[in-house]
Amino acid sequence: MGHSAPRIMNPQGIADEIGALLGAMLIETVDHADELTLIVARAELANAMALLRDMGHYQQLMEIAGVDYPDRPERFEVVYHLLSVTRNHRVRVKVSTDEDMPVPTVTHLWPVAGWLEREVFDMYGVVFDGNTDLRRILTDYGFKGHPQRKDFPLTGYVELRYSEEDKRVVYEPVKLAQDFRSFDFMSPWEGADYILPGDEKAKGEAPGAPTPAASPAASTPKTTGKKADTGAGEAANKAAEVKSADAPAKPVSATDEGKGAAKPEDKA
Amino acid sequence: MSDYLEKLDHHTDAADPTYGDTEIQNYTINFGPQHPAAHGVLRLVMELDGEIVERCDPHVGLLHRGTEKLIEYKTYLQALPYFDRLDYCSPLGMEHSYVLAIEKLLNLEVPLRAQYLRVFFAELTRICNHMLNLGSHVMDVGAMTPNLWLFEIREDCLNFFERASGARMHSAYFRPGGVHQDVPLKLLTDIADWLDTRLPRLFEDAMSLVVDNRIFKQRNVDIAIVSKEDALKWGFSGPMIRGSGIPWDIRKAQPYDVYDRMEFDVPVGTNYDCYDRFMVRVEEVRQSARIMKQCLNEMPEGPIASFDRKVSPPKRGEMKRSMEALIHHFKLYTEGFHVPAGEVYVATESPKGEFGVYLVADGSNKPYRCKIRPTAFSHLQAMDFMMKGHMLADTTAVLGAMDIVFGECDR
Repeated sequence: MGHSAPRIMNPQGIADEIGALLGAMLIETVDHADELTLIVARAELANAMALLRDMGHYQQLMEIAGVDYPDRPERFEVVYHLLSVTRNHRVRVKVSTDEDMPVPTVTHLWPVAGWLEREVFDMYGVVFDGNTDLRRILTDYGFKGHPQRKDFPLTGYVELRYSEEDKRVVYEPVKLAQDFRSFDFMSPWEGADYILPGDEKAKGEAPGAPTPAASPAASTPKTTGKKADTGAGEAANKAAEVKSADAPAKPVSATDEGKGAAKPEDKA
Repeated sequence: MSDYLEKLDHHTDAADPTYGDTEIQNYTINFGPQHPAAHGVLRLVMELDGEIVERCDPHVGLLHRGTEKLIEYKTYLQALPYFDRLDYCSPLGMEHSYVLAIEKLLNLEVPLRAQYLRVFFAELTRICNHMLNLGSHVMDVGAMTPNLWLFEIREDCLNFFERASGARMHSAYFRPGGVHQDVPLKLLTDIADWLDTRLPRLFEDAMSLVVDNRIFKQRNVDIAIVSKEDALKWGFSGPMIRGSGIPWDIRKAQPYDVYDRMEFDVPVGTNYDCYDRFMVRVEEVRQSARIMKQCLNEMPEGPIASFDRKVSPPKRGEMKRSMEALIHHFKLYTEGFHVPAGEVYVATESPKGEFGVYLVADGSNKPYRCKIRPTAFSHLQAMDFMMKGHMLADTTAVLGAMDIVFGECDR
């Protein structure tokens, strides 16, 4: 006995049946963890979904999820979860796209797709061709950016507060009182792809005593300064003894007794 | 003025018979975002023709906290308490989907007692959730007393949650591999007593005031009828789809944990209106109590969490004596466990409907993507077509029968 998650039986030969139904629209079928994933050509999505709904008896569209894989040429995956209440089965339909290529809408097949597509648009910026009401849905009015993208920072870019002077809510660039802490749990024994702190010294190390750090190569050797170079000597001493004309002979005492700064022996 | 009169006099355009009259314009009103009947922060922009709703555009997202984004930056265990805070009226229902999704990715076996405890508390959550929903629905359409009585029951439920997990609402009680800790026998016997005496007495009393009440029926019968086809098209689930006459219950169809050992009935509506949705929930409370009693009868003794120490932490006492247990504990609460790469969609029957978690793992200790499928999102979207042609005052009845909580809808 394994996990106790909802038990869904894949009907006998379901993959072949769907393969025959979708034909060339189907790029790949993946069966992982008893869940069937159909990867479908983006341009044919609406047709494939119509076939799955009408011929495959997947009556309900439960969910549309976006996933971002920034390394792929088509970075976004749009994942549809279909449910058949008559066959008691679920399938997952996937298409991939990028920032510009629109995905055909399925709002004409399932009206529930309206908001679900709006959410994927809001979170990832995936455009749905044919959705007439593609407004933002979960983020603020006038929000900029697509927060679920992997390159969008967790903290966002702006923060808002109520300004007592302006008597309204104002937006400001986000200021963090403490740096965002992100711990790296990759084990150095299991292929971390960075150099551990201190490991950079290991390069070119001779066995035995540590090599002293190489000094920067000096172009001119450093020499002790001569009197001529520094200007020290009799002339400088003489010049130092000459008092300037307005300098007082003795330090003046402070006239103001209350200041307390002057020492008693300074009093004339 | 003479210009105008002359124009009026020579007006012969048959296509525009209202010329000269003041054209009646539709009235647009804003319902919420702070409205006691909106059950949270819902803004409805409604276009009215007199008192008839022509169009209804719900604006959601006022409680959006970026839960899915936050989860991507947390370990699997750290992400668990976020689920309590989604649908804060039925926290354990949300946790259930999430822990099952992790267990499915890990293919982790859960001890039988833990499965019973989960089902037991999931059903207690259902009762707790329905108390709030039935009560507030009744109050939205004008009755005060039943709500107060139902809140008595809800208070009992919250006390039971507190005794099991230490927290009244945000329990974080279900864990990958089982539950957090075992429950004392006294708690189980107290709940058994409560199921036999206090729950039926209070609940049936409160319902006797409502279900045959003329005013309540006038406000709910034949309001927002949703046909089977529409219910399927709009992605309804839970009491909403059963209220539309489709006997679909994930606990029956795709049983998880020990629901396949439970005997219970699935109520369905016959008239597909708000009253049916209400009555489906009323019957679900009785069926939940029935499931809980079966759990109490059959629950075996034994461990309450998996013994796989790479997922489930050891007991405190064990930690004090065993070095290995101490290391496991430290690793699990700092680094967490790694989940093999893959993706699953796990949906359970939460009190409000199908609550799904689409979990994409990349082999690290944090979810790569965790998409939460809220129930309220699909239901609220149907608001526009359900409200069309109804009176403004029916909004609260329709909304009440949908059972919407914005923590979950907005995530």
